[in-house]
Amino acid sequence: MKNIHEKVEKNVGLFFLFTVMAISIGGLVEITPLFFQKELAQPVDNLKPYTALQMEGRDIYIRDGCHVCHSQMIRPFRAETERYGHYSVAGEHVWEHPFLWGSKRTGPDLARVGGRYSDDWHRAHLLDPRSVVPESNMPSFKWLAENILDGELTGKKLATFNWLTKNRSHKDENGKAIPLYTQAEIDGAKDAVKGKTEMDALIAYLQSLGHALK
Amino acid sequence: MSSFWNIWIWVLTLGSLVGCFLLLRWCLNDHTGVKEGESMGHSFDGIEELNNPLPKWWSTFFLCTIVWAFGYLSLYGLGSWGGLLGWKSSNQGILNLAESKAKTAASLAEGSQLLVQYDREVAQADAKYGPIFTAYAARSIEDLATDEEALKIGQRLFIQNCSQCHGSDAHGTTGFPNLADKDWLYGGSPQTIKETIMNGRKASGMMAWQGVLGGEQGVKEVAAYVISLSGRSVDPELAKAGQGKFALCAGCHGPEGKGSIALGLPMGAPNLTDNIWLYGGSKRVIEESIRNGRAGVMPPWKDILGEEKVHLISAYVYSLSQD
Repeated sequence: MKNIHEKVEKNVGLFFLFTVMAISIGGLVEITPLFFQKELAQPVDNLKPYTALQMEGRDIYIRDGCHVCHSQMIRPFRAETERYGHYSVAGEHVWEHPFLWGSKRTGPDLARVGGRYSDDWHRAHLLDPRSVVPESNMPSFKWLAENILDGELTGKKLATFNWLTKNRSHKDENGKAIPLYTQAEIDGAKDAVKGKTEMDALIAYLQSLGHALK
Repeated sequence: MSSFWNIWIWVLTLGSLVGCFLLLRWCLNDHTGVKEGESMGHSFDGIEELNNPLPKWWSTFFLCTIVWAFGYLSLYGLGSWGGLLGWKSSNQGILNLAESKAKTAASLAEGSQLLVQYDREVAQADAKYGPIFTAYAARSIEDLATDEEALKIGQRLFIQNCSQCHGSDAHGTTGFPNLADKDWLYGGSPQTIKETIMNGRKASGMMAWQGVLGGEQGVKEVAAYVISLSGRSVDPELAKAGQGKFALCAGCHGPEGKGSIALGLPMGAPNLTDNIWLYGGSKRVIEESIRNGRAGVMPPWKDILGEEKVHLISAYVYSLSQD
């Protein structure tokens, strides 16, 4: 056959194969090498693992969809760093599973919200945002103050994060990996969150954000 | 980046660009075996496919995108090569704040700061706004509190950073102090206001007194006495019993309940005689404050805003309580 282009036009399997090859090149070039880059697996010096309570708070942040309206990613523009602080760097996020960078800011960025407001403020704000910020369009999250954590899975969560981050933790002076949590911390996780409300956990999580590079 | 991944990126990127070019060139030639402009031998609903070449504007445009790609890559780089411009958006891969500052300082010193876009933005803004803030920082807070321009900047910074707790009119709300009256927890002098904003305040903590006061009865008695201090009518029996127990409170609030400022102490215990209430002045709320304690926190702003901006906010806050 003289017209070999006709083969591709008339064979859907072959056309599909060529299409996949063509569109995969972008990903192969831009994404694959990142998995193997050392800089992206190295935590910043001051990065600390979440405590048991903060870890529970993080799950509530995910459950109630905070990341739908709040980003945790300060871009390297002066207009952002003036308001939120130093731009985010890779080493701050190496222990995040999943990332909570978000993709939209209905509310402000929260990457460095830790320490910016008092616990009392967060409590008042989560119960009734308009009691402190009249212009706010954030919903109130009253149930957080009523739900008590049972802590059944807290230890397992910490152990899971040990496994997830085993190649990306801090190293001791001999170059040996230091796990995020000791066995004692994992065993004590249930007691550490005992009697705490979801509100306590979420506030503890929010107050922990962003200190690693501040 | 290791040399393997560097080669990987180069080969795939350049390979696909060259591949696109070859594909385009091949498609520009006629491989159909049909004479140009003649029928390809099929028609649907009376519409016939003719053997026409690719439109010229289209193939030229395709070629331009390939040329553009080579131009772009040579300016902005590929793999670990930084490109002819050496442009970077920011200093990524830093592990602490000191490293970040050192990298910025180094590029400023070299004069190559133009290449790191973020550093360039900051340097340009500093050159423009820095002298303005420095000039204000050299003047006293009392002086700035009478300067319209300085107050406008101070107010704007206040609204951006402080209004979340203290309100956009600085009148506060339950649990968050009103800054526009003359009642202060830590003092209203310019220097004290600035110190409060710079380093924050952590109330030494009104502890929970229910246990110490002997249960609910003790709480009710002390609450009655506290209410009586601002001249409101209470059960005199209850207040009298409360007065006896108030000695426990006097360490912070003073023997007359006039607060820690009147004693010259720094713990931020409020004046209980002026009928101004941070958490509310009802019997129920006062009893709750005594029963469970209170611990207000003002976060430190030194590291977030820097001293020069805090200086201007201090002037604005100070001006609010001046007549």
